[in-house]
Amino acid sequence: MNKLLICAALVSVLFFTASPVKAAINIFACEPEWGALATEIGGDAVSVYVASTGRQDPHQIQARPSLIARARSADLAFCTGAELEVGWMPVVLRQAANGKIQPGSPGYLEAASVVRMKDVPQHLDRAEGDVHAAGNPHIQTDPHNFLPVANLLAVRLAEIDPANAATYKTRHDAFITKWKAAIQKWETEAAPLKGAPIAVQHKNWIYLLDWLQLKEIVALEPKPGVPPSSGYLAEVLAKVKVSPVKMTIRATYEDERPSQWLQQNAGVPAVELPFTVGGSDKAKDLFGLFDDTVDQLVKGVRP
Amino acid sequence: MKLKRTLGVCAFGVALRVLSPVQAHAVVTDEDLAQIRQSIKQLEAQHAEDKKHIKELEQRLKSSDSKALASQTPASESPTVPPPPKSDFSTTTASTSSSAVSTPTQTGAPASAGAFNPAIGVTLMGTYAHFNHDPNKAPVPGFALGKDANNLGTQGFSIGESEVSLSANIDQALYGQLVLSHPSEGGVDVEEGFIQTTSLPLGFTVKAGRFFSGIGYLNEQHQHAWDFLDAPLPYRAMLNNQLGDDGVQIRWTAPTDMFLQFGMEGLRGDKFPGTSTNGGMGAQSVFVKAGGDVNESNSWLASLAYYHADAQDRQTTNDTTIDTFTGSSDLGIAGLVWKWAPNGNPVQRNLKLQSEFFFRHENGIFDNLAYRGDQTGFYGQAVYQFMPRWSIGARYDQVSADDGQPDFTGMTLDSLDHTPRRYSSVLMYDTSEFGRFRIQYNYDDSATQSNQGVMFNYTVSLGAHGAHQY
Repeated sequence: MNKLLICAALVSVLFFTASPVKAAINIFACEPEWGALATEIGGDAVSVYVASTGRQDPHQIQARPSLIARARSADLAFCTGAELEVGWMPVVLRQAANGKIQPGSPGYLEAASVVRMKDVPQHLDRAEGDVHAAGNPHIQTDPHNFLPVANLLAVRLAEIDPANAATYKTRHDAFITKWKAAIQKWETEAAPLKGAPIAVQHKNWIYLLDWLQLKEIVALEPKPGVPPSSGYLAEVLAKVKVSPVKMTIRATYEDERPSQWLQQNAGVPAVELPFTVGGSDKAKDLFGLFDDTVDQLVKGVRP
Repeated sequence: MKLKRTLGVCAFGVALRVLSPVQAHAVVTDEDLAQIRQSIKQLEAQHAEDKKHIKELEQRLKSSDSKALASQTPASESPTVPPPPKSDFSTTTASTSSSAVSTPTQTGAPASAGAFNPAIGVTLMGTYAHFNHDPNKAPVPGFALGKDANNLGTQGFSIGESEVSLSANIDQALYGQLVLSHPSEGGVDVEEGFIQTTSLPLGFTVKAGRFFSGIGYLNEQHQHAWDFLDAPLPYRAMLNNQLGDDGVQIRWTAPTDMFLQFGMEGLRGDKFPGTSTNGGMGAQSVFVKAGGDVNESNSWLASLAYYHADAQDRQTTNDTTIDTFTGSSDLGIAGLVWKWAPNGNPVQRNLKLQSEFFFRHENGIFDNLAYRGDQTGFYGQAVYQFMPRWSIGARYDQVSADDGQPDFTGMTLDSLDHTPRRYSSVLMYDTSEFGRFRIQYNYDDSATQSNQGVMFNYTVSLGAHGAHQY
């Protein structure tokens, strides 16, 4: 009897909930920066769900039921790729079993696929810590990387939603113009940063460092993803005594203790950067993200 | 019989929905198409230009010339680089433009010859256990136990559940996985070996082969993913620790923002508590799962399942006696898992609460006596990661059985007025995401004589590391 009831429930839910075709394209963005970019390019034509927040470590998202439910109804999955989401996205994709967003289909988009990757390891060994075969996946710390990604997204949106192709094109062009102007502004503001020696907590800033020509002297993690021991921090301390650094930068989601320890023991300011949209109060959108990042860095190098 | 009819009705309903016309997107005219093609071409030209610009900027950054960043001028705005060659655009815009957009030499997803090899993952587990009484003398009064559930563990050193898994997408529609493990009695065991669809329409998934049944939260996970080293008492007493069987599973996920999933399984049924009856289709199950986020920090998953199995001359061993059972076993499981992490970031601290309740009714002939009996069981556990890499956990589990009807005094099904229960605690240290050390302490009161055990364990994974289930 209860079998029949469950069956009836199944069929009725099918009929009543699956029918209305939503006007907007559902985008499942793995990280907030891609959610923000999708909103810039898609506007009202898309409905964006962001699977993680700026306060969460993008490597360590759990394949929560809510993510599976959202991936089930998505028309487009927009992720970083380069193995950043390897610990959770495969389970979400498999459980959601949504043919539209499986890897290889037009509805699956990896931002890293059009960005020139840095830190591609010559050889792979987990003794080296949390390394990614495809290179460092934290591409969103350089605004230039958004140009090809925005283009990729616009092309893909036009492909899966031809009715709004013109909208995507217009919005893309407007975004690119605005973004290029903003990059100019940031680069002007960031001029004093050139060549500044800094410490990083985790090796997730390579794109930012190269963009602004900051010099990484030391990382507070002995190996990527491995928290520092007190012995290792003593080594770091010795190193910054010899080659002084202006500040330690870390992402909002990271443990504040190592950088604060260095602040107390060596007077190196600990600077918390938003890392992505939502990583700070000011980083409300992509423009706010870099406004805040550049602002904090410039404040950090000021004597 | 009834289930078959139910399945039929259900399949009809589902088919009806699949066949009913689905509204297409807005109608696309030729004019639109031309416009779209034009738009895409423009975007591609733009893309080529952006790439050129990025390259130039990178070269500037790399070169030692001391021009201030601020003085950089953007590259020429006119698309001087022709758009990449385009595949046939004459049919629809759905012909993938992705291949044209990405230039392999520059991108972050290099393809290699080995890229099509299945992902190979190895899990190694090793345990040293000490019990103050023989762990092999461990009857659970009131229950006939499956062959793996007849002990509390292995005294001394053992490599328990070391296993090798191979998995890959088979093609655009299928995923496959094979898990081989080494059982304590020797040889190689196919723990799982299944194919699963990835792209069926309307949220359906079909899995076929050998797999862990979806009836319980712990049941679906591999043992090495469990927080405690051993199965909770209700799993041990009613499912021979874990139910994996050959068959087919169909799941349907509702298109709702809240996670809602329905599933049903048709199984061979030769795993405890069943034996392969009914021509090799001796067990069936249905389940419902629901879950979601309460807020950024809290999430949950609830499930309700029903499992039915028939047994024909099933033999179980209880210490010295051999029991025979012919009849049916109906099991209901209700479970709830709750996870908390500050801001949803589990790296520093997180808490996981989980509990499952088991209700079973058995009906048939036990040792040549007509038998009707009811059993219940539950476990509740909490695992708290109090700092990166360190977690502690506590668990309580118990089962209880009525004495069966008519009279099984002095036999396996006699509960001896004892409620089997256990208290466990665990301390875990992770060397990384891939390595874990554990110390577990059990105060086991499942048999009439209590038994204390301490287990030291390592659980590590090599090679491809499958993503974690919730």
